[in-house]
Amino acid sequence: MGRALFDKVWDQHVVKANEDGSTLLYIDRHLVHEVTSPQAFEGLRLTHRKPWRASAAVATPDHNVPTTDRAKGITDPISRIQVEALDENCREFGITEFGMNDVRQGVVHVMGPEQGLTLPGMTVVCGDSHTSTHGAFACIAMGIGTSEVEHVLATQCLIQQKPRRMRITVEGALPAGITGKDVALYIIGLIGTAGGTGYAIEFAGPAIRQLSMEGRMSLCNMAIEAGARCGMVAADDTTIDYVKGRPYSPTGEDWDKAVAAWRELHSDSDAVFDKEMVLQASDIAPQVSWGTSPEMVLPVSASVPHLAEARDAVQRECWERALLYMGLSEGEVISEIAVDKVFIGSCTNGRIEDFRAAASVVKGKKLAANVKLAMAVPGSGLVKQQAEAEGLDVIFREAGFEWREPGCSMCLAMNADRLEPGERCASTSNRNFEGRQGMGGRTHLVSPAMAAAAAIAGHFVDIRDWS
Amino acid sequence: MQAFITLSGLVAPMDRANVDTDAIIPKQFLKSIRRSGYGPYLFDEWRYEDRGEPGMDCTHRPLKTDFVLNKPRYKGASILLARENFGCGSSREHAPWAILDYGFTCVIAPSFADIFYNNCFKNGILPIRLDAAMVDRLFAACAAQEGYSLTVDLEARSITTPDGEVIGFDVDEFRRHCLLNGLDDIGLTLLEGDAIRAYEARRKAEAPWLGL
Ligand code: SF4
Repeated sequence: MGRALFDKVWDQHVVKANEDGSTLLYIDRHLVHEVTSPQAFEGLRLTHRKPWRASAAVATPDHNVPTTDRAKGITDPISRIQVEALDENCREFGITEFGMNDVRQGVVHVMGPEQGLTLPGMTVVCGDSHTSTHGAFACIAMGIGTSEVEHVLATQCLIQQKPRRMRITVEGALPAGITGKDVALYIIGLIGTAGGTGYAIEFAGPAIRQLSMEGRMSLCNMAIEAGARCGMVAADDTTIDYVKGRPYSPTGEDWDKAVAAWRELHSDSDAVFDKEMVLQASDIAPQVSWGTSPEMVLPVSASVPHLAEARDAVQRECWERALLYMGLSEGEVISEIAVDKVFIGSCTNGRIEDFRAAASVVKGKKLAANVKLAMAVPGSGLVKQQAEAEGLDVIFREAGFEWREPGCSMCLAMNADRLEPGERCASTSNRNFEGRQGMGGRTHLVSPAMAAAAAIAGHFVDIRDWS
Repeated sequence: MQAFITLSGLVAPMDRANVDTDAIIPKQFLKSIRRSGYGPYLFDEWRYEDRGEPGMDCTHRPLKTDFVLNKPRYKGASILLARENFGCGSSREHAPWAILDYGFTCVIAPSFADIFYNNCFKNGILPIRLDAAMVDRLFAACAAQEGYSLTVDLEARSITTPDGEVIGFDVDEFRRHCLLNGLDDIGLTLLEGDAIRAYEARRKAEAPWLGL
């Protein structure tokens, strides 16, 4: 019987299969950031342990860094201590770090692939749930907690239970204007935020193969919002072309060997999955979330649901609470919802392709009068550099956007970038939970082009009708 | 890690589905580089009227009186009864740290998000999955009776209700073993050092580009 992509990568990383059903799994790459690592390093120190293989880990600060003038340093003392703790820990334990003023600094999930630290077929972990992003490279990429960060630092392994396998196949070609982000939101709308719990999801089919690596990363990034342990896409020419020539990518003879191995990173034609779903790309419209969970999402042409449509009492209560929090009423037309702020960035949509898409929408136009702030926050220093080389920063600035320094920024509002209570935001990030972008803030998740269009129109618009 | 063997304690009902980690412990508290001290900020936005900041003294902050944990009858609860998909969202271990620091060592729900579920075991918290109908019954019983308490026995994998009903639950063997004995799984893994080194040597030959 053929094997699924997940099993191929898993099997290559089994150090030991234990009798109780757990597996000691080897970890190839460990990405580290300032928020979930200090207690792990402290644990090493207290137990006099050393990193098992320090070269497997690479760190960068992203959550707390300011997106305005970096020369001033970090003004919030608690944030500053956390970033400095990362610098010190990396120095003490011999871990490579791209510090706050290094051009390679960025959101870990943008930085890793960009540097070639994420290579096809690897096991990749990070103390961050959106580590699922790296599954776009046919990796098993999982978010872990701080205890496991310490475990991986000390042993280069994780103790894992093998998840079940699910395949979601998207047939046909994606219509114009439909991005990896829309595919992700559409799937979460269908299966719910717990639909993938206990599963590793492989995204397959012609519509997925048609996506660029950026698009695949946006999609796998949000696999965690469907509750999945990880999301994956098979390796193909698109993957290999992306990886080629990156600073940490192999070269010469190693490159040839690697490519030969990477060509095997797909599910065999007779592989069997625990669950299969087949969707049609032509059914996917630009998506806008209306509630406080990524599964509360609809096509831009739809209206906010009526409570009577809820499937049960639990869902009805969630919807009721969400409507109240979001300041929306049943049946409100989504394209008439006005926004106060716009955020383009994050590990979901902070890559060069995302800024190109957004810039092409805002070019030569101006922010709507009701939009108080629109921010474009590159995912890394190198994305920023590339965008500036292409003149995208000028396009954004002329339209009235702020062009910022790289970091997580208003995706989770740990630094100064946040919504005020009641403010409504079109955001390219991945979570619309209560308070996520600031206490009382109201988040609508959309693709970069949709966010850009909302900034110009002042409300949501169907990007397929944009001119 | 503190071992978990049995627990008899008061139950607090959190009657909301999809409680996410941002709600359990809002992001501003993640700036701390410590493992403890998060209890006062557990469910901060739901619990207090004002906006919480790290380091704040919570004893005089205005409480939202209708929030369940602020009700006097649930003071001192050590078992949290919850709804489906509890702990969804981020991987922050600050969520179980806050739950533990507040005083809960057991969470019962129909389902949990994977990372949160896993993080609980690393911190001596027992997350128990029961079917939704059973959880419904516990919510009803808890609402009906002030001081409603349960006894959880991890050895026997059972929960005993005040009227003597015994409810069984499943938990995987490895996690149960570690929790019962309060084992540090890093120490356990390091006992496999030779196997890890042998794996690395084999893999280095197979995949030289990995930099092993
Ligand atoms: S950009 Fe947002 S989701 Fe991504 S790592 Fe940063 S905070 Fe997390």
